[in-house]
Amino acid sequence: MRKTRLNPLRTHKSYIAFVGHRFSGIALALFLPAHFILLGSALGGAQNLDKYLVLADLVVFKIAEWGLVVLLAIHFFFGVRVLMLEFVEWPTRTDARTGWIIPGAVAALFVGVIFILQI
Amino acid sequence: MLHFSDYPARVNTAMNRTLFIAQRLSALVLGPLVVVHLALIIIAVRGGLTADEILARTQGNIAWVIFYTIFVIAVSIHAPIGVRNVLREWSTFSGRVIDATIIVFALLLLILGLRAVVAVTSF
Repeated sequence: MRKTRLNPLRTHKSYIAFVGHRFSGIALALFLPAHFILLGSALGGAQNLDKYLVLADLVVFKIAEWGLVVLLAIHFFFGVRVLMLEFVEWPTRTDARTGWIIPGAVAALFVGVIFILQI
Repeated sequence: MLHFSDYPARVNTAMNRTLFIAQRLSALVLGPLVVVHLALIIIAVRGGLTADEILARTQGNIAWVIFYTIFVIAVSIHAPIGVRNVLREWSTFSGRVIDATIIVFALLLLILGLRAVVAVTSF
């Protein structure tokens, strides 16, 4: 019997980076309307905005907040990589294709750590 | 393995070229803005978020009005084109349905975003 193997393209580091960039983008796009509606509530005065901001103290919102910061950082770092791939002549000295993936992910998590520790 | 020539011809339209360029240009604009935004988030959430604290920073400040207006316009271009790419590649909706959806999404982001800028800056 043949062993089922994942398509090697689906396990390649660059594919993981593509998935990270794509899912962070989808999540951010879904979040944006809610973000704008919340900020827009300040039209009715500061107390109106505060009504929503008390939610930010709940643990579940704190986790979501952290998640969004990390997602934005991931989308930024992997997005810079995409721009490098497309606009800078190959091969780049640091090889953005694969060489930037781990540092990009680490940098995004680092932003998340700073956010948690509130340094 | 999928080859470039396997993609449908509709991929190579003038509109897709324009959207591709708009996506990249808006990304170039968004890059530095996101760095400032992330730094501001980290600074702003220290000790909890309050409306007074947010509004004290943004109200009547022309620099933030310009910053966030550019941010909203760029993101209203960037995000819908990205969502369009995802839907074209991963959904079975027709091109027309997708395009109509993302136009509505782009307008929604633009209107809600500019409304938020007005709300927090009082301009």
